[in-house]
Amino acid sequence: MTELTNLTISEARAKLKGREITAVELTDAYLSAIDAANGALNAYVTVTPDKAREMAKASDARLADGKGGPLEGIPLGVKDLFATRDIHTQACSHILDGFKPKYESTVTQNLWNHGAVMLGKLNMDEFAMGSSNESSYYGPSVNPWKAKGSDEKLVPGGSSGGSAAAVAAHLCAGATATDTGGSIRQPAAFTGTVGIKPTYGRCSRWGIVAYASSLDQAGPIARDVRDAAILLKSMASVDTKDTTSVDLPVPDYEASLGQSVKGMKIGIPKEYRIVGMPEEIEKLWQQGVEWLKDAGAEVVEISLPHTKYALPAYYIVAPAEASSNLARYDGVRYGLRVDGKDIADMYEKSRAAGFGKEVQRRIMIGTYVLSAGYYDAYYLKAQKVRTLIKRDFEEAFHAGVDAILAPITPSSAFAIGDKELAADPVKMYLQDVFTVTLNMAGLPGISVPAGLDHKGLPLGLQIIGKPFEEETLFKTAHVIEQAAGKFTPAKWW
Amino acid sequence: MTLVDTRTPDPKRLIPGATGDWEIIIGMEVHAQVLSQSKLFSGASTEFGKAPNSNVSLVDAAMPGMLPVINEECVKQAVRTGLGLKAQINNRSIFDRKNYFYPDLPQGYQISQFKDPIVGEGKIIISLGPDRQGNFEDIEIGIERLHLEQDAGKSMHDQHPTMSYVDLNRSGVALMEIVSKPDMRSSDEAKAYMTKLRSIVRYLGTCDGNMDEGSMRADVNVSVRRPGEAFGTRCEIKNVNSIRFIGQAIEYEARRQIAILEDGGSIDQETRLFDPGKGETRSMRSKEDAHDYRYFPDPDLLPLEFDDAFVEALKSDLPELPDDKKARFVRELGLSVYDASVLVSEKAIADYFESVAEGRDGKTAANWVINDLLGALNKAGKGIEETPVSPAQLGGIIDLIKAETISGKIAKDLFEIVFNEGGDPAEIVESRGMKQVTDTGAIEKAVDDIIAANPDQVAKVKAKPTLAGWFVGQVMKSTGGKANPQAVQALVKAKLGIEE
Repeated sequence: MTELTNLTISEARAKLKGREITAVELTDAYLSAIDAANGALNAYVTVTPDKAREMAKASDARLADGKGGPLEGIPLGVKDLFATRDIHTQACSHILDGFKPKYESTVTQNLWNHGAVMLGKLNMDEFAMGSSNESSYYGPSVNPWKAKGSDEKLVPGGSSGGSAAAVAAHLCAGATATDTGGSIRQPAAFTGTVGIKPTYGRCSRWGIVAYASSLDQAGPIARDVRDAAILLKSMASVDTKDTTSVDLPVPDYEASLGQSVKGMKIGIPKEYRIVGMPEEIEKLWQQGVEWLKDAGAEVVEISLPHTKYALPAYYIVAPAEASSNLARYDGVRYGLRVDGKDIADMYEKSRAAGFGKEVQRRIMIGTYVLSAGYYDAYYLKAQKVRTLIKRDFEEAFHAGVDAILAPITPSSAFAIGDKELAADPVKMYLQDVFTVTLNMAGLPGISVPAGLDHKGLPLGLQIIGKPFEEETLFKTAHVIEQAAGKFTPAKWW
Repeated sequence: MTLVDTRTPDPKRLIPGATGDWEIIIGMEVHAQVLSQSKLFSGASTEFGKAPNSNVSLVDAAMPGMLPVINEECVKQAVRTGLGLKAQINNRSIFDRKNYFYPDLPQGYQISQFKDPIVGEGKIIISLGPDRQGNFEDIEIGIERLHLEQDAGKSMHDQHPTMSYVDLNRSGVALMEIVSKPDMRSSDEAKAYMTKLRSIVRYLGTCDGNMDEGSMRADVNVSVRRPGEAFGTRCEIKNVNSIRFIGQAIEYEARRQIAILEDGGSIDQETRLFDPGKGETRSMRSKEDAHDYRYFPDPDLLPLEFDDAFVEALKSDLPELPDDKKARFVRELGLSVYDASVLVSEKAIADYFESVAEGRDGKTAANWVINDLLGALNKAGKGIEETPVSPAQLGGIIDLIKAETISGKIAKDLFEIVFNEGGDPAEIVESRGMKQVTDTGAIEKAVDDIIAANPDQVAKVKAKPTLAGWFVGQVMKSTGGKANPQAVQALVKAKLGIEE
């Protein structure tokens, strides 16, 4: 049965269409794999075997009729941030205890409409706030990768840690994820998987629990570039229920794979060469440059002068929006309620018990930066920085650059419970230094595995593109994937 | 917002205090519920009076992952209102979040417009009077802005011994907040302003103006000062829900502030509530307790943008507004300013009048509507909406007079019958024998009878011809008022030999 779970989406798609395998067989294989692994990896917070088998059966019926959508019978995992009808939807927070919505997010509905099968809900940092999956109310998900000769448990990254771990460990064929400051790309890099954050507005945000509305964007985590292209094609859509979604046709992303990058101009932003960057990351980056040059691309140095302000500005804008978005979790209508002597006391007790430390920290930061007397100095200034960051990219693209190549993380995966990171939240925030700029500018970015570090842990590279030019990202990432190969963790669970 | 003083102190509006005269400064923020089928950011119905929590969508209940989508009809209503207020329409405006916790505010924030409202400066002309000479005084009251925002739900504290319940039917319903400049100087002006504003939104059909249902309510800002001095510290009286209460609240509040100042005290800037039972205002919260609402642009909504063509299309469909209608009544129908003012004061009255005046003499129609209909309604404690006499019925009565089927006097009786019992005026006249007698033979006989029976009076009238009126009255009496008065007059004069 394990053989079936080794199939990529494109491989499984062919075998399902050819009736070599059935969707029920494939789904059962994944359910068994989850059973065997989830105790160790904690990737799923809820598994939905009955629902999965029911959907698989329906897929088989459609396939038998020669029908079936682009994802017919493909078993997927769903980040706990997406609303799924009558199924656990808690953003991995205590405050949404027992919450099962009566509605389905647009992105997951799109997937089911295309025939995909749901295996369950995936672990994540609480309300998508974190870079290690350690802020989950359900405990951290564990990275399927381990350093050579070490038994130390590593983080899968965050916030979409469960998605990345499940994909890397073959506990689903692919997974939905979201990215507010790097939450798709960093976990993908930590687990040797491919993750793409599309342009802001490419996927509907309707039915996705909001963290920071102007930055949140859904995207897939998959085993390879082709699978990511297949998944994004199904996830993306314009949506009348989300007025920030954009009405542009969704191209056939898969068709861009294998297209030449010859003559493309790739920008290397000098400001991403930060102080203290490990030599390994620098070397990997250079390797990426060589691969693209070998494929016929022209590589030029570019300048994105406001890069250094991106991270502090992000940690003003995102918490500000979060402080307001999370005000609805008040114990009045759903989720956790801790009774108090009056309404204010009930609010305080419920929110104190329901939100974890990191979420509370960001609510407080956000409340502070929006307060009278501080708004101009923090929130307004951060918005101005955001405009400048966006302009940096626009100028680079205007000068003829087609895509930008950059590192994705300052290091490979770190240990769960890393004392240094736990003691200093700012150090954890630095994980996002290469990723937040895109969210601030609304641009698409893909994380593609490019090699292993000296510990034998995966490292990724990031390709950044123009708005709604995800095809360029897929085609370029595919070149790197072809050159670097694919990376699968040795099974220990 | 910088406050500009647009008025010159007017002695007849000053309030005398123990130490001299005082001037009241008033500004108002009126919340008007937008007339629309569905809410500002959701498809839930706005129907009034439904069972609690039956008009609630997932968005209104702030379920996780729900997003607001602007209702275009509400935008149109706001623009129409802005046009009615002769105001600047902003083609680009921004929705902001106003953050605070309250059980009937599910999102934990109200979506409103803070820095960039949909409508900017405009004006309303209020008309005070008539004074003893019958003159009206027109005063321009500035409008600072109009913005769109969500209403909150309703907390119910009388449903359970220890818990409060929440009804979200109103949660998310569109409101227009219309902010005046501090341009009013008396409670009469404030009442006139509210009356006029209500009349304008009713004409436009953008708000039903029903204050008793909460469709319109006012926050009234009141301060006092010595005439000519700078503005004083103001107090805001929240949620006043009738025009009469607005007047009472201002009168009370002004006198309260004057008493404090004359005692050497100072006014604390605070929010106050008006208690209609006691006729007084009392402190609700001080400035120090004021919320920090942490406004910021709502990232779920793009800036609201529309082009000039959108505004022009609404403008071309705008109904005639009260000021224009009044001018037209004076100009085209020859009505007095007073009559025209009364008729346009409410859209329903103006509509009624125009229906009656259609194809008839305007002045006659105006007299009947103002003196008879409104008089009778007032006496019966009814509004124009509840009139038992339809425009067709009143028109029928006027037609019967014109055709000389009935006399003006009989017409008054006929009106009373129609008002109290209903029915077709022509049929009533027929069945009850109210027709005017124009048969000169019959009238002549009646005149002869009276002359024959009253030789003394005949003698007197020879000396004083104006006494002929006595004979006319007697004849009318003997014919039950049905005789044509002109015919009677002519015959009496002829028989008595009085020259015209």
